[in-house]
Amino acid sequence: MATTVTRIEKLVGKRLRRKEDPRLITGTATYVEDIKRPGMQHAVIVRSPHGAANIKGIDTTKAAALPGVSAIFTGKDITHVGSVVCGADLPGLRKPVHHILAQDRVYFVGHPVAVVVASDRYIAADAADLVEVDYDVTQAVTDPEKALAPGAPAVHPEWPDNTAFLYHQTGGDIDKAFADADVIIKQRITSQRLVPNAMETRGVVAEWLQADRALTLFTSTQIPHLARTILAGQLGIDENRFRLIAPEVGGGFGSKLNVYAEEALMGFITMKINKPVKWIESRRENFQVTIQGRGHVDYFELAAKRDGTMLGLRLKLIQDLGAYHQLLTPAIPTLSVLMMPGLYNFRNIDADVVGVFTNCVPTDAYRGAGRPEATHGIERMVDLLAAELNMDPAAIRFKNFVQPDQFPFPTATGLNYDSGDYGATLQKAMDMIGYDDLRKQQAAARAAGRLMGIGISTYGELCAFGPSPATPAGGWESATVRIEPTGKVTVHTGTSPHGQGQETSFAQIAADELGVPMDDIIVLHGDTAIIPYGIGTFGSRNTAVGGPALYYALQDIKEKVKKFGKMLLDAEEVTFENGVCRDPKTGKEITIQTIAGAAYRAMKLPPDTDPGLVATKFWEPSNFAFPFGAHIIVSEVDRDTGEIAIKRYVAVDDIGNQLNPLLVDGQLHGGAAQGLGQALWEQAVYDDNGQLITGEFMDYCMPRARMMPWIESSHTVTPSPVNPLGVKGVGEAGTIGSTPAMVNSVIDALSTLGVRHIDMPLTNEKIWNLVNGAKA
Amino acid sequence: MTKQIISVTINGARQTHEVEPRLLLIHYLRETLGLTGAHIGCETSLCGACTVELNGKAIKSCSMFAVQANGAEILTIEGLASADGKLHPMQEAFWNEHALQCGFCTPGMIMVSKQLVERNPHPTDVEIREGLDGNLCRCTGYQHIVNAVRAAAKAGA
Repeated sequence: MATTVTRIEKLVGKRLRRKEDPRLITGTATYVEDIKRPGMQHAVIVRSPHGAANIKGIDTTKAAALPGVSAIFTGKDITHVGSVVCGADLPGLRKPVHHILAQDRVYFVGHPVAVVVASDRYIAADAADLVEVDYDVTQAVTDPEKALAPGAPAVHPEWPDNTAFLYHQTGGDIDKAFADADVIIKQRITSQRLVPNAMETRGVVAEWLQADRALTLFTSTQIPHLARTILAGQLGIDENRFRLIAPEVGGGFGSKLNVYAEEALMGFITMKINKPVKWIESRRENFQVTIQGRGHVDYFELAAKRDGTMLGLRLKLIQDLGAYHQLLTPAIPTLSVLMMPGLYNFRNIDADVVGVFTNCVPTDAYRGAGRPEATHGIERMVDLLAAELNMDPAAIRFKNFVQPDQFPFPTATGLNYDSGDYGATLQKAMDMIGYDDLRKQQAAARAAGRLMGIGISTYGELCAFGPSPATPAGGWESATVRIEPTGKVTVHTGTSPHGQGQETSFAQIAADELGVPMDDIIVLHGDTAIIPYGIGTFGSRNTAVGGPALYYALQDIKEKVKKFGKMLLDAEEVTFENGVCRDPKTGKEITIQTIAGAAYRAMKLPPDTDPGLVATKFWEPSNFAFPFGAHIIVSEVDRDTGEIAIKRYVAVDDIGNQLNPLLVDGQLHGGAAQGLGQALWEQAVYDDNGQLITGEFMDYCMPRARMMPWIESSHTVTPSPVNPLGVKGVGEAGTIGSTPAMVNSVIDALSTLGVRHIDMPLTNEKIWNLVNGAKA
Repeated sequence: MTKQIISVTINGARQTHEVEPRLLLIHYLRETLGLTGAHIGCETSLCGACTVELNGKAIKSCSMFAVQANGAEILTIEGLASADGKLHPMQEAFWNEHALQCGFCTPGMIMVSKQLVERNPHPTDVEIREGLDGNLCRCTGYQHIVNAVRAAAKAGA
């Protein structure tokens, strides 16, 4: 008999430490690399050292002769395996066929050419070094603007203009907006390529069971079900005999919202050799072959009245796609277009996007995916306008914000902002940081010759991807609630959390709805054999799409619990609260634990009711959710070294209701670190030959503890009307809000020297040259 | 390749194995001994996910051969909690302060934080941040890790 525990205190909204942590802090969690299978072989991939080359021949003789090598495969062996899938579509989109091993040519450094399989990882690495590939090196092009120039080397010979697609979107009357303008601000703004760098690289363990024609594949992914569907197609196997498991996943940030060549390749190998096989990506490979983010060159033109009223925005967006399309590559810049008006009340936009092939690894979704680029653009443009009109950057924002009574607000880009009070977040941030006083301090600092800056970013975001027609793969999410016969609760979510903490926050929702203790609930995810089909984790959608799916599944199961309660109490009506069904007439009570036992024992059933207590819900929102906020950064530039000191960082974010503010803080801090990384330190640099010259942590500057400021965080709460939890999504907000605040702050510091814009990252060298150039 | 015999004491237990001289210590721990708590994040000593304690000092086990550890005493994340499962105060602090998200860097972070507080029982925030300089975390922005180390120091970890 189950113990009866009733609880009245609500858990949603509380700062609770996480249920998933005990295994993580004791080193007992299982990531892909921790998995061993009997007879398991190890794969090492031979990759192109060239940005562009024709393959004249591959000699595997020496490698095959090495004791311990069990197999070697090259491009000719995999022609029957489906190529890497691009799930995005645009009119006229050119899609190169990207085989999982190169055929007759390679088109980026890291392009997989052959794979060596051996009994031991050291032997496999030795053998990979012995594979001889004869390359005829051709000219590469890595800069998207150079790739568009006439006569540029063709990344794909069949498309000499290197253009994958042209995309145009317009809204309102852009010509009139510019005709009516008193001022027009023009600026070229870049958003450099970034390396997502999840601390766990990618990895795959694949095991084929010939007798059952069954494949089990462990992979470090954010989208287990979608990956299974796609890989089953590539490998030509039955989806229902294919179990894909995302075990513990060590970070993704969009880089694992993808289906990669190596996943299909390991499936192919295990089916071929009839033994399990493991491949673990090295960090160098992760830099070279896992998708990168951003990669924009944007030309903005902003039309405004002299009083600061913004009228319209034009954008020419050049998207560096890389050498081929990964899962969503061409779709990412269209998200930038959607968000280009930011939080501002103007209805005229025009965007021309050109997607450009380069001899680089593909770009795709990296935390924010298109929205940081848009936000950085509009927030820079607003500051440029303020500078032009000699207005305060806060005042010009207040003047142009969409107002609280305008929601739902239809944008010129076709979105419908759900809810918000943009002025409230900015005012709160200004109050926290003491804005007016800061401007006085700044005047004094300037008088003393110091370079002090105050940077504001007021960002908005579209996230919580759904409904389905607005997404490439289904904009819904699934949840199953199983109340076991003892009253313990098992939750299945179709999302695939990998650090975000839904094992905790979803247990909070279930605990409140069912009135059982947190410890009686477990949340499972990431295994296609256990979990009903789900879409996965990306675009800040776990809580805002997966959460409501769970909420509605819980409502269904509560109805069933009440039916059993009525029957067992012999009552006409019952209430269900805090895990107890109660007959209000007699005061008699029965606990959910007792009801669960009775529902499975099924000696007697309520009318039209089946035994058991399981409910599954597939739920889809009617709209995106739109978090927003205001970040303010105070910085000071050292004239002698070009170093930037971050003096204060205040963030006021509105992500709707919060399930667990402790987890919210963690998401925002981590997001801000990645956003500051882009603003100040990070950049993937390719040379003209296609070499990634920032291909290790030694050369690619990652944010470290001593580089990060203390973030003073606060919130306003504007519930989203789009879902019953009133949540908006928090995963990407920090990344989107932080970058322009940082850049605006430094440019404000240098504005007395006549600096109007600087492209990221704001390295010490770049700043020193600006400061000292200005002196001279 | 001629193998060599090494003996090490790991988490209090004596271990003797024949290993290739080129076997990295992290692979010895993970593959030979099945202690998969320490992780490989970069293979170049720059991320610290592989941090373990060797003869009382936090070291990066991806940049050391197993044979170099012959005769050493090693403590890994698996050996940090007491035998009855009671967590080390640093583990407890990481849990309380939400100092981890994906958890991949966490074993290394905890090992280096333990050393930090042992060397400097009352660190300032700046000293904590400097002490964590060899370890990368991509999830947390470090703020909650700083909170955890401060809290553990206060608790006398």
